[in-house]
Amino acid sequence: MSDTEQTPSVPAQAGAPALEAVPDREPLLEVDKVTLRFGGVVALNEVDFTLYKGEILGLIGPNGAGKTTCFNAMTGIYQPTEGQIRFRGEKISGKKRHQITKMGMARTFQNIRLFPEMTALENVLVGADAHHKTSVISALFRLPRYWKEEREGREKAERLLEFVGIRKRMHEFARNLSYGEQRRLEIARALATNPVLLCLDEPAAGFNPAEKEELLQLIRQIRDTGVTVLLIEHDMRLVMGVTDRIVVLEFGKKIAEGLPAEVRENPKVIAAYLGVPDDAA
Amino acid sequence: MTTVLERVRSGREAAGERWRGAPRWVRWALLAAVIVFFYALPNREFYQYLGPIPTPGANFTQVMFTVSIYVLLAVGLNIVVGFAGLLDLGYFGFFAVGAYTVAVLTSPSSDVKTLWPWLLAVPVAIGLTMVSGVMLGTPTLRLRGDYLALVTLGFAEMIRIAAVSSEFLKGQRGFNQIPHPPGQYADGKPVFGVLDARPYYWLVLTLIILVVIGVRNLTHSRVGRAWISIREDEDAAQLMGVPTFKFKLWAFAAGAAIAGLAGALFAGKQNFVNSQNFELLNSIIILAAVIFGGSGNIVGAIVGGGLVAYMIERFRGIELFGVELYEYRFLFFGLVLVVMMIFRPEGLIPNRRRAAEFKDRRKEVTVGE
Ligand SMILES: Nc1ncnc2c1ncn2[C@@H]1O[C@H](COP(=O)(O)OP(=O)(O)OP(=O)(O)O)[C@@H](O)[C@H]1O
Ligand SMILES: [Mg+2]
Repeated sequence: MSDTEQTPSVPAQAGAPALEAVPDREPLLEVDKVTLRFGGVVALNEVDFTLYKGEILGLIGPNGAGKTTCFNAMTGIYQPTEGQIRFRGEKISGKKRHQITKMGMARTFQNIRLFPEMTALENVLVGADAHHKTSVISALFRLPRYWKEEREGREKAERLLEFVGIRKRMHEFARNLSYGEQRRLEIARALATNPVLLCLDEPAAGFNPAEKEELLQLIRQIRDTGVTVLLIEHDMRLVMGVTDRIVVLEFGKKIAEGLPAEVRENPKVIAAYLGVPDDAA
Repeated sequence: MTTVLERVRSGREAAGERWRGAPRWVRWALLAAVIVFFYALPNREFYQYLGPIPTPGANFTQVMFTVSIYVLLAVGLNIVVGFAGLLDLGYFGFFAVGAYTVAVLTSPSSDVKTLWPWLLAVPVAIGLTMVSGVMLGTPTLRLRGDYLALVTLGFAEMIRIAAVSSEFLKGQRGFNQIPHPPGQYADGKPVFGVLDARPYYWLVLTLIILVVIGVRNLTHSRVGRAWISIREDEDAAQLMGVPTFKFKLWAFAAGAAIAGLAGALFAGKQNFVNSQNFELLNSIIILAAVIFGGSGNIVGAIVGGGLVAYMIERFRGIELFGVELYEYRFLFFGLVLVVMMIFRPEGLIPNRRRAAEFKDRRKEVTVGE
């Protein structure tokens, strides 16, 4: 994955310590007292956390806690009712969705949202096109830029499909891929946009333990290339195994934040997950 | 009954597979043969051997010209509807803008009296249709859903009403003496005359080939991927960095430009343009043709546009129990569409993806989910 020209290559901190331990780490994403209401429903209630470069942050919480809504606010799908979100020091409110993507934020979806009638390869190419400049004119007359970007995009897409392990399926339509392959394809498509921050919304949902283990490996590899990862996950064990820090939401409020070990012992978190001991998920 | 249908279906799928699997030279040779066939088609020496294909009630060459214009329009609308997934119900409005631009700039009955030659007016006609496409698209393409269908429908109606009632556009009286395309034979006779429609047909056919090459280049690039991704899932497309508004506008502009070209060709052939040429029904026919052929597939659009236009003309001059079938042409047309919707909802030559989707849906239905 040498395609992260856009990504300042932050060396991966081995067993990255909590922010308390390294106060000088550079913030990448700041969620600043964000409140988001849908009519009467308060989906996010003054949620406040910071994501630092190079870490894997877990965002967990019971069903309906507001995790996906938090992603949606970050990627420009919803505007926060109050508060603001800064990415790489810039406010993202008022920015168009594709501009936020170009700034280096990419995501996957809890309910897979691929382009079903495009091949796996084409899906990834759409992501790669985010940084391409081929205009209608250069495409129409197949000017040099068209050839150059098609070639580069193709190479990059194949590399990413290889990376997530579905390269031999690249000419298959996304709709014909298995569930697990579709999840992987979503990750490849997101990576193709050269993200600085990759947001994964329950990427392991529906996976068996072996597949989960593979995914963990993949997420670590992604982080090792210098991409910061924000991970929503239900499976406590998975979260504990891969994240550097964890933020816990419940009913739209942040109830805990800290190292996995701390969060696991936190009585509020235990209460929120009551009946869901971490080895039952 | 289902088994017969299944067999027909799988036969056609096998044909598709065979085409895709065939060596390159076979495909090129077949393509060349098809092109030669269509260049030869309007010659009496050739079509007299084609049995029932020539139209009994109308000059076959004239019919082929009309058919070729419809094919061009179907290729253009297919960009908007088939690739970008935008429902445009007023596509014929752009055709009218193209034809009227040429009429106003070239005809002696026009108020502006510029009396331009036809060729000079063509780029202006294309440019103006593109501009009208962008003007129509800018406010509406930001919105999702049905607004676009309504606004485009309104646009076509507006153009038609302007044509009927505005003094400037001459209503029923229309514009006459619109000049033909340029060109002379060695003996001084013009290439594009009044009686022989063949040169016009050949001109349109040549332009269709060029336009199809252009559209293919677009659809096999970042632009086409953006269009298809918008059709598939507009939110996901935006979040993957596709500037959706910009590309929807381009789809609209490209479609409009092709319609403008078709309008200019029509005016240059017809010599006369008036408000009766632009009924709303035409927009619906082209849309039906694109869906009929298989939207999202260029070959499908060509076949759809060609067949639909041809079928309508084919009814001319056929009498059954003392009524001319032509009077009932739209009834038949509707019937064919209904039959299509039942037996082949994905269109005659669907895009591979659509075919797969519809096949799965059938499966779902049989499974009872
Ligand atoms: N578009 C919307 N309109 C109204 N309410 C919404 C909307 N989106 C989310 N909500 C509500 O906001 C709350 C948070 O939902 P969200 O999807 O963010 O939860 P989640 O933490 O992702 O849950 P899960 O683990 O089930 O995915 C829920 O009560 C949900 O019903
Ligand atoms: Mg969720």
